[in-house]
Amino acid sequence: MRPGEASAVDAPVSPVGFTESTHPVRDEPDLLATRHAVRSAAVAAGFDLVGQTMIVTAASELVRNAYIHGGGGTLTISAIGAAHGRRGLRLTVADSGPGIQDVEAALTDGFSTGAGLGHGLGGTRRLVDEFAIDTEAGRGTTVTVVRWVT
Amino acid sequence: MATEDDLKVRDLLVRVLREHDAEILDLWVRAQSERAAVTALGERELRSEAAGVIAALREGLETGLPVGDVVERHAPAREAVVRLSVRRARAGVDPTATALATLALKDTLLDVLREHTDEPGALFSAAITVNRLLDAAGALTFASYVEGREEIIRTQHRQMLELSTPVVRLWRGVLAVPLIGTLDSARTQLVMNGLLEAIQADEAPVAIIDITGVPTVDTVVAHHLLQTVTAVRLMGAECFISGIRPAIAQTITQLGIDLSTITTRATLADALAEAVRLLDADFPDMASERVRSAL
Repeated sequence: MRPGEASAVDAPVSPVGFTESTHPVRDEPDLLATRHAVRSAAVAAGFDLVGQTMIVTAASELVRNAYIHGGGGTLTISAIGAAHGRRGLRLTVADSGPGIQDVEAALTDGFSTGAGLGHGLGGTRRLVDEFAIDTEAGRGTTVTVVRWVT
Repeated sequence: MATEDDLKVRDLLVRVLREHDAEILDLWVRAQSERAAVTALGERELRSEAAGVIAALREGLETGLPVGDVVERHAPAREAVVRLSVRRARAGVDPTATALATLALKDTLLDVLREHTDEPGALFSAAITVNRLLDAAGALTFASYVEGREEIIRTQHRQMLELSTPVVRLWRGVLAVPLIGTLDSARTQLVMNGLLEAIQADEAPVAIIDITGVPTVDTVVAHHLLQTVTAVRLMGAECFISGIRPAIAQTITQLGIDLSTITTRATLADALAEAVRLLDADFPDMASERVRSAL
């Protein structure tokens, strides 16, 4: 399974060295706090500078989406491991906002319901190796992404 | 529900607070000083503050408000307690020591009451009343302490916003904004205001925004950068972005953000060189003036 090929997010998790932390997303300062948390988790997992920047940027997009469109939520950071000593980070961003009406459209570049550039969700998918989105109108949105250490 | 007993206890308490206020004041200030951590406040300040709280509590008891509500509803008492707490928050006293300040008054009052009351029954009712009165004060102390700290944080946040967005003159006709940290909408507004005003004041043809100190460039940050560049161009100046590191460059392309309409450079030095080249070509007057001043 090469990075980019994988689609399943529930990768095998090794119990050894498994750590997980959950951070609230309620206001602007939380956006900064979550970025810092993801960066330190990425450094600890052994990502190089490019990998760190990409996963932190992905987190920044998802967390901001949850804050602006979902009315706040949580970010869960999990250090994960797989066969052959492969290591990575899994980020789960959940909100209980209005949900996304048309997921395909939301993943298309240039799509925006807000004032942004409209690259957020589609761009985030390109920054990570695995991307899954679970949403339903009125129930909220959960986005789970995984990036492996290359 | 002012029963006769209740009135008697209240009278006793008011009397003790009035007749022995100097003693209570001394004991309370001493108790606070012993608990340390309030050294930043100074003895005189501590005394005048304590005297204010004691007098306000006494007046509050005299109004006949329910004991538990005196601190909340008697405005002078409330103000005195809030002031005590906020002053400690500003002086950097920790929350425990601040809460202990009001608790120390409880001990002090009970000691003084014990000395001046012979009747055990009256003492017991008075103790309950003191507890009710000062538990409310303790709760208010804590709430206003947190509020005081939050006020400090808000002030610092505003100060930091201004500190971190200076517009510097790099060269004749070249302005630069070295950005540190993140670029949210509030910062963008500040940067844009500062930069546009400086461009007008300096009649600068080129501005450089340096993002070496911005760790994360996501779509929102990119959007804000594009907005700023557009605004600068509307004023007839050119705007470069420098400090694009390898990791940032790769992330921006993966995100699908198109910055190709903007002149970007890896370092501030490169951007300055480009700016000077542009000035030499477009503003030979400025260039010759520069040579003259160099000579």
